[in-house]
Order: sequence, then structure tokens, then C-alpha cells
Amino acid sequence: MNEQVVFQAEGIGKSYPGVRANDDVSFAVTRGEIHALLGENGAGKSTLVKMIYGLVRPDQGHMTLLGETHQPSDPRAARAAGVAMVFQHFSLFDALSVAENIALGMENPPARRELSARIAQVSNEYGLPLNPARRIATLSAGERQRVEIIRCLLQNPRLLIMDEPTSVLTPQEAELLFTTLRKLADQGTAILYISHKLEEIRTHCDRATILRAGRVVDSCDPRALSARELAAMMVGGEMRDIDRSGRIAGEVLLHAENISISAATAEGTALKNITFSVRSGEILGIGGVAGNGQEELLSVLSGETRSPAGSVTLEGRDLSQARPEARRMAGLLAAPEDRLGHAAVPDFSLTDNALLTASGRKSLVRNGLIDRAAARGYAEQVIRDFDVRTPGPGTAARALSGGNLQKFVIGREVLQAPRVLVVNQPTWGVDAGAAAAVRQSLLDLARAGAGVIVISQDLDELMELSDRFCALNEGRLSDPRPTESLTLDEIGLMLGGAHGMAEAQI
Amino acid sequence: MIRLVPRSEAAPLWQIATPILAVLATMITGGILFAIMGYDPVAAIRTIFWDPLFGQASAYSRPQLLVKAAPLILIASGLAVGFRAGIWNIGAEGQYIIGGICGAAVALAAYPGEHWWLFPAMVAAGALGGWAWGMIPAMLRNWAGASEILVSLMLVYVAQKVAAWMAFGPMKNPEGFGFPGSRNLQQYPSASNPELIAGTGAHWGVVAAALAVLAIWVLMSRHIRGLHIRASGLAPRAARFAGVRPETLVAFCLGLSGSLAGMAGLFEVAGPAGQITESFGSGYGFTAIIVAFLGRLNPLGILLAGLLLALTYIGGELAQLTMQLPAATVQVFQGMLLFFLLGFDLLTRFRVERRVAA
Repeated sequence: MNEQVVFQAEGIGKSYPGVRANDDVSFAVTRGEIHALLGENGAGKSTLVKMIYGLVRPDQGHMTLLGETHQPSDPRAARAAGVAMVFQHFSLFDALSVAENIALGMENPPARRELSARIAQVSNEYGLPLNPARRIATLSAGERQRVEIIRCLLQNPRLLIMDEPTSVLTPQEAELLFTTLRKLADQGTAILYISHKLEEIRTHCDRATILRAGRVVDSCDPRALSARELAAMMVGGEMRDIDRSGRIAGEVLLHAENISISAATAEGTALKNITFSVRSGEILGIGGVAGNGQEELLSVLSGETRSPAGSVTLEGRDLSQARPEARRMAGLLAAPEDRLGHAAVPDFSLTDNALLTASGRKSLVRNGLIDRAAARGYAEQVIRDFDVRTPGPGTAARALSGGNLQKFVIGREVLQAPRVLVVNQPTWGVDAGAAAAVRQSLLDLARAGAGVIVISQDLDELMELSDRFCALNEGRLSDPRPTESLTLDEIGLMLGGAHGMAEAQI
Repeated sequence: MIRLVPRSEAAPLWQIATPILAVLATMITGGILFAIMGYDPVAAIRTIFWDPLFGQASAYSRPQLLVKAAPLILIASGLAVGFRAGIWNIGAEGQYIIGGICGAAVALAAYPGEHWWLFPAMVAAGALGGWAWGMIPAMLRNWAGASEILVSLMLVYVAQKVAAWMAFGPMKNPEGFGFPGSRNLQQYPSASNPELIAGTGAHWGVVAAALAVLAIWVLMSRHIRGLHIRASGLAPRAARFAGVRPETLVAFCLGLSGSLAGMAGLFEVAGPAGQITESFGSGYGFTAIIVAFLGRLNPLGILLAGLLLALTYIGGELAQLTMQLPAATVQVFQGMLLFFLLGFDLLTRFRVERRVAA
């Protein structure tokens, strides 16, 4: 056994009802290594690190940390053994200062003055600029993450687990993070880095263990492979190329005319004079930072919010006053951003969730009575056609991983053959394989003659999909421009206000 | 140290086990209470839970089971629909009273004529009265954002005053020797709600309760509206996205539970109670809330829970007669039952873990 090995897992297995989350997983993380754990959503990464951090106990297998058996009964025991973890979602109190938050997370916090000094010391040492006296509410996402990292570093961890840390960071912040991680690694900390972003793993990680369907499929040096090869290992098979061919913009299907809606709640955004149209066979991309009216725009189109007469027309028919179900019957369908709680009912089975939006268009209801067999059949069709990984249509929506539920939600609408489909953040928090499938389905839909509106924060996605691009910014929509002729600078200008504001807010 | 750890998914076994556990805990705690009060606990529990069905006087008390269970089940199945949607009608008692008054009004207006249509018309009037009383909190919630919990509860007291007014005023029996209370409908063949099969206690209300259980089951598990109701309770935004109008749902749920409670009131006034008196409201509307939760808001569960709570009514009366237990015993029992049920409910959502303090 290599004495450089900090953490080792041997034959780890964990089952949940209906799913084998981890099966015979073995890998080792050595001293000074940034070790990537790569896999699609639902591949078992989260379960695995939860076991290392003492949140979940393995059914089989054996873990060692620094040569000793590692069997933490809870996160406290794991921390005592030298494991620290930075979660994707922060657990910080907005109203408290940095030092107070850090003290709250410690077993035996030192005196405040001493703690502040140590925070300052650690933050200097690792290039994590942070003022201990600042309130969390005033920090950006990147700065909040630094608080979490410093909280971990104060415990002198031997193994630091980072769960998708860059998903909330700007590119500059991400670079800073990697500098810190490299410094830590050089000092001997082993780092387990969870992500599905292939590029950053290729540039920053020393080794990668690739998980698929709960099993280790390979362990490799990511720097020696292309992103394509990594992706292929991750999803099992060649990545499909996005096929943009065969799209011919036809007649105008959906037209929005001068929509102005005041904000429904204090946190909401008012929509101001929004005018656009979508043609048959066309994908209209709407960029901008979330919170600038994206949800409100989707609501106005889905029918959850009604707008002045004549402001929303589908193929010449005024739908501005129509209820959601009437709009669906007319051919205007939508898939909201929030999968759990908006697009789907978490506690409902997939069959019941299919009924929520497809009951009318797919004739799953006769005289008000649900045709169970037909509903189940439709849910099964969505599961099959969109490769949703789940034991079956009876599974609760909340039991699916983010990517799988998103495939189901998009599939549920796409298979209803909409005239116009509106999607908000279609691939947010979705792994590469599922994202590619979702994007391809939107392109296929447009090729078949439907109009598609993609609202997204992901510029790459919009550039890849859309024929025309516009930005939603503080409730105002810029004029759509053909994507082909756009330069990055022009896009930056269109998004300008949005980005500037994002920086000021966080 | 004992800790509660949230479950990732509700445990189906506990869903069934908690009502049973709650009943057992109620019996045990009740027994301890009786022992402290100086009664024989075993005899008291037997008198309440066993004797009404199999004891010496069971020939009298057994039919009472259906008489008492019918209004509870009828009201609770309506309430359960709203509770599933997160619409809390706490005022079924008021809708029950108003339903009874409206139904009785039709009968008293037609008195003494004998018509085949009279009883159906009374049922319709009872349902309509309960519906209208339920629509008051519905409209206030939809138009003014008022809490339907408070408004429906307050309207119970208004309904009680209306019942008193009716008993002393407009509905007072002219041949009643000055006593408050309406004519006795049991003595008015066209308007009476008699025992249909002798010795069973089954009157039209029992038939209606059985039909209601069936109809609510179809609504909640086979009808698209039931799906929308469940969606609204679990994820209101998803329900709105699916096309549910919250306002319509509030009106539907309060209207439905109101009309079922109103019907229950009519069957009671035309049958077991016989007349509108000051104390016509007898607490069925409140007990039905316990029935709905004890039955897990599930029609079949409500059927069983309704029978059980009817048993506590009858057993409590029996214990009063034979053992001189205080009249409040029944209420204490019903209260404990709900208390334990909600307490044990924790087990469906949390696991109990024992671990050594670190």
C-alpha cells in the first residue's frame, strides 16, 4: 500500500429502494492530488461523497483514511477524522458576519479576536481575500464560497471534498478557486473534486475517477484525454453531435405585443414593453441573468399570468386572456425553470405529473375521469423516448436526479407536439449527457416546424441553439438579432446591463 | 440521546400504523386517567370500546353506531377534499346547523301536506344551505384574502345563534305548549328520515354517507379534478401551472364540504334529532375534523375512523350510565385521539435514532 494514499474506498456499495446508487466502487486519493469525481447527475457521485462525509452509511465495502478504517457515524465524526466538505449550496446566515458564521460551524470556537486573526491568516495564506467582519448578506457567491472553504481549512483537513464548486462562480472567481486548491494540494491536502464540467477537470485535476450508473467505469489522467473522450466515458458511448440542420424559418407563430406587467411580489420583476415574435422552425434565444423577468415572461406565455387583450397571439389567435389549459390546447406549451414544485409536483408519480400538462392534448382524460392506462402509457413513452433513468412511471418525481427529471419535464411537453414551446433554463443543473439530449430535442422540435423560445443564462447554449438572440434585462427585452452575425462584444453589450447589475448585487 | 432524523420518503407502513398506535395510546392513557379518578380502568375501557358492540345492552347501542357514524363520515369525506388541497374548513359544524335549518324550513313550509317530493326537496335545501354557509368564507377568502379557517370557525357561532333564534322564534312549534323548538319531523311522514331496516339504525343519511365515500374516492383517485386538488395541496405553483385556478378550488372545496355537512344536518333534523332546537349543533362538525385526519384524508380510512369515533360517543354515554363516568369523558377521549395521532404522525416523516452524545 502506498503511504501517499490519504483516502481509499474498496468495494463500496449503497442501495436505495429501486436504485443501486453505488456498486463496488473502489478508488484512492493520494496526498497532494486534486482528484476529480466525474459523472452524470444520478451516476452516484453525491451518494459516494455523502458516505465519506458521514451523511450516509455504505451497505458494503470498506473505507480507509490515512491507513485507518474510516466509518464515520455522522459528519462530526468525519470532520474529526480529517474530512471537510464544501457543499454546492451554502449554509450561511445572511445576517451574521463572516467570523460569526465560521464560529457557528466549529466544535470549539476560539475567542472572537483570535478567530478573526486566524481567518485573516488563512485567507492570506491561500489567496482567499475576505474580511472577517463583513456580513454574509453583502458577499458575492464567490466570497460566500470562500467563507465555506475557510471554515473547512481551519480544521486542517487531510481530505477536502468540493461539490460542484464552480457552478455558482464567475470565470474569474473559478480561476481564483483553482489557484487556492492547487496551493492546498501542494501543501499535502488531498482534494476530491466533484464536477461534470469537463474543461475545468481537464485543466486543473490530476486524476479523474469516472462514475456511470453507480460504478467506476475508468480512472484516468484527464489532462491526457480530450473533453470528448471524457464525456464519452461519462455517458457511455459517443457524444452525439448537435445537429442544427434543416431549419427553415416560416410564418410567424407566436407574437407578443407590448407586454407590460407590474411585479406580482416585492421580489418580482416588472415586464416592460416586451415585443417579439417567433416563426415556425425557429429557435429564439433569450439571454440574461435570472431574476430579470425570466420567470415572469414564462408565466405570461404559459397563462399563469394574463396580459392585456391582444398582447399574446398564436397563429393569429388572441390567447392573452386564455387559461393555461386553453393555451395548451391551442398549441402553446411551456416548461418552467423550477423542476420540483413548478414544472412537477415532487410527491406525485411520473404518471400523475404527466397528467398535469398532457391530460388535454393527449386525451388522457375522458369526461373528467382519468384514463390510467393511457396516462401511464404516455409517461412510459416520455421515459423511453427521452431516456429518463427511473425504475418506472410510478416513481415519485422527487426521487429522480435533476437531469432525469428535466428530461422528463421537457419530454412531456415536446411529445405533445406543440406549435410553440417556451422553456426556461432547460439545462440548469443538468449533466452534459442530459443537457445534450434536451438541446437536441429542442432542435428537432424546431426542425419539425414548431417555434421554440429558449430562456437561458447559459450563453454557450443559446449560441448553439438559437437562430435569433435577444437579452432580457430588468424586465426589458432587447431587439432580437440573428445569432450567426453576432460577435461576443455585441452579445456582451446586449447583456451589459444585466451583468453589471449582477455584479453589483452579489 | 434520542434524535429525530427526517425520512427521505414517507414510510407507508407508518401511514397505516400511526392511527392504530394512536388508538392504543388513547386507551392506555385513558385507562391511567380513569385509575387516577378512582374507576376500574379495564372495566371503563371495556365499557367504552367493547360493550356497545357486544355487551348486554348492545341490541340498543349497536344501531346507534350507524346513526352516529353517518354524519361524521358524510362531513369528514367533504372536509378531507379541502384538507388535501390545503383549504381548511373548520366550520362544518355551522354548515351542518344551517343545512338542518334550511331542510327543516322546507318541511315546515309544506306542513301538513304529504308529498312524495318533499323529502328530496329537503335534502336539496339542506345541501344548498350548507353550501351557501360554506361560500361565505370562500368568497371572503377569494375577494378579500380573509383566512377561511377563522371565518368558517366564527360562522359556527353565528349558526348556533341562528338555531337558537329559529327554535325560539320563526320555527317554534305552535302546538308546542310554549316550549322552544320546532315541530318534530319524525311525526310528519313525508318529511321524516326513518330507520330503513329495523334494528340497524340505517337511515337515509347512512346511504348518503356510503355514497359520499364512494363519490369522494372516485373524485380523488380517478377524476382529473382530484388530481388538481392533490397537486394544489402539495405544490401550489405546479397546480397553477397545470391550469388550476386557486379561487375556483377554494369555492369548490368549501362548497362541497359545506353541502355535505348541510346534508348531514338535514338527515339529523329529519331523523334522530327530529326537530330544530337551540342545541341542534351537537359537535359532529368538529369531531368530523378528527375523523378526517384519523382516516388519513382517505375515504376508506374515514369510513373506519367514523365508526370508531361513533363508538367513543356511544361507549362514553354507556360509561356515563353504568359507571357514572363524567360526561366530558368522550371529549377527552376524542381530544386525546387527535393529539396522539398528530404526535405519532411525526414517525411517518422522521426516524427516531438513538445515539450516544458525542
